[in-house]
Amino acid sequence: MADQTTHTAQSAAKSDKDYWAANVRIILISLAIWALVSFGFGILLRPLLSGISVGGTDLGFWFAQQGSILVFLALIFFYAWKMNKLDREYGTEEE
Amino acid sequence: MDQFTINLLFVGASFALYIGIAIWARAGSTSEFYAAGRGVHPVTNGMATAADWMSAASFISMAGLIAFTGYDNSTFLMGWTGGYVLLALLLAPYLRKFGKYTVSEFIGDRFYSQTARVVAVICLIVASTTYVIGQMTGVGVAFGRFLEVSNTAGLLIGACVVFAYAVFGGMKGVTYTQVAQYCVLIMAYTIPAVFISLQLTGNPIPGLGLFGEHAASGEALLSKLDQIVTELGFKAYTLHHGDTFNMVLFTLSLMIGTAGLPHVIMRFFTVPRVADARWSAGWTLVFIALLYLTAPAVGAMARLNITEQFWPNGATGEPVSTETIAEDPAYDWMATWQKTGLLGWEDKNGDGRIAYFNDNDADTVAMMEAAGWGSENELTNFNRDILVLANPEIANLPGWVIGLVAAGGLAAALSTAAGLLLAISSAVSHDLIKGSINPAISEKNELLSARIAMAAAIVVATYLGLNPPGFAAQTVALAFGLAAASIFPALMMGIFTKVNNKGAVAGMLAGLIVTLLYIFLHKGWFFIPDTNSFTDADPLLGTIKSTSFGAVGALINFAVAFTVSKMTAPIPQEIEELVESVRIPRGAGAAAADH
Repeated sequence: MADQTTHTAQSAAKSDKDYWAANVRIILISLAIWALVSFGFGILLRPLLSGISVGGTDLGFWFAQQGSILVFLALIFFYAWKMNKLDREYGTEEE
Repeated sequence: MDQFTINLLFVGASFALYIGIAIWARAGSTSEFYAAGRGVHPVTNGMATAADWMSAASFISMAGLIAFTGYDNSTFLMGWTGGYVLLALLLAPYLRKFGKYTVSEFIGDRFYSQTARVVAVICLIVASTTYVIGQMTGVGVAFGRFLEVSNTAGLLIGACVVFAYAVFGGMKGVTYTQVAQYCVLIMAYTIPAVFISLQLTGNPIPGLGLFGEHAASGEALLSKLDQIVTELGFKAYTLHHGDTFNMVLFTLSLMIGTAGLPHVIMRFFTVPRVADARWSAGWTLVFIALLYLTAPAVGAMARLNITEQFWPNGATGEPVSTETIAEDPAYDWMATWQKTGLLGWEDKNGDGRIAYFNDNDADTVAMMEAAGWGSENELTNFNRDILVLANPEIANLPGWVIGLVAAGGLAAALSTAAGLLLAISSAVSHDLIKGSINPAISEKNELLSARIAMAAAIVVATYLGLNPPGFAAQTVALAFGLAAASIFPALMMGIFTKVNNKGAVAGMLAGLIVTLLYIFLHKGWFFIPDTNSFTDADPLLGTIKSTSFGAVGALINFAVAFTVSKMTAPIPQEIEELVESVRIPRGAGAAAADH
């Protein structure tokens, strides 16, 4: 009986660790995209995108003034959806 | 009905609405005062947070800054929205799970240190107060302009209104009042933009019209704009002109600062569940994005409209005549704004025309002289902050649109001032008094002290707003820099690392002090003019301007915290468990009133 309790506690701890690792992985991927569209496409990589013209200017300008904001929105909703799903998979959701 | 009466009607009706809601939703208990009993739906919470976040800076100032600089000021757009990604992914869900009311409570508990809590409170109070001073100045200018009273009278009226609903309403009053304010401000911002976009491009969505075709010329709108401004000697609108490294740092500082501002973070304590905190950040950005996706279009279209008003036949034609400005109703806005002292023109060469061009550009001056328009720019003053408010008048939109914009500008400034006052009052009453000085304080006295703190803060902010030290823009930069350098790193390390108490305190102090020093060195000690050793045109470190230093301050905070933490005792077992529990939503439940 005592053994069983310890075992359950251990597997819960392991599952919580996996949950956190999965969360950190999703965060890192999301932040990579976050940086790519703003600092990347919007500023640093703009010269590389100058060949792609968008309405009288180039794609970098569009990312700086419209695209990055739209991607930020998509990222936050993706994260909320993904994490709420992850909560159910790992049984970490609120009661 | 004249424009003044229309403005009064719109402003008066919107205020009656806000005050009515504040009275209807008066806070009863302490928990309602701070966090509205956590009964706020994510969409409602998102709308209120958006109103709280979008201040006079976003509403009145930002599009004007973009209009006269172009691409380089995209930093504001990316910086002030990108911070929500950091907030949603790195802070909001965990702080909600932690389940207390304030940011400094988390820092105090996580770093098991009264010192950490007090340092965090000081950072919060300094950042919020500097921010609210800027807002009160904005409140004064906006009230003064639209009620046609002096700046001083405008500020005093505004202070009374903020006091009324922030002090008596608490968070719940503020939450629902701010929902109403959001609706007013977003309509005020987008309706004129839609009209103008239709006029210029035929596209009703301003963000699409910006990249659309200029209906009158058949060219792309932005090519048309680039062409006319460069012909007048100004820098091309869509091209990059400034320093790239500073642009990256400035954007990053605004992002980190956004995720470290206490009045925004506090909002995520008020949603019912951890899952809602995640959604709530998304909804907040949806409501903010409505304005931020519109702002660049407002800026570019206004710049084109203004330039074309001065050069009705293009840069190679004749400039507008003084007679036209005086008589043509399309130019009435110029006389209106001249009265404020924020717009000025002068026919310097006496040719009966007002030539608007860049007289610092030798080629343009030579060209203008050859054409007979003189060697000096005759549009002597165009304050960037009037652009959004004057925009509907410039585009000849109906009077009710102008009245709506007046109400919207006031809503933006007032809602942010109220949110900041709430953050200050809870920092003083809940964190300083109940948390440190007198833990045995009764709920009634705690609520009373919160209200006294709020009243004191508004008196200080109004006084400083009445006697502006002349640094509105720097104040905002300071507030962001401080939040970025002190609060955000401490919160993030509290959740994602096992940094200990001494590390956190050393990190916050290092980030705060170094950032303050760098700003004072460039802007003057305590902003007293002429006490600065460097200028932002030629900064101390490379190309890093003082407004961009927040990101560097944050880096210093992280580095010092990790180093000190490595050299001192690791965190105790119960704090290890606290960190583990904050990371898992399970068992969030309702928050405890206190420890």
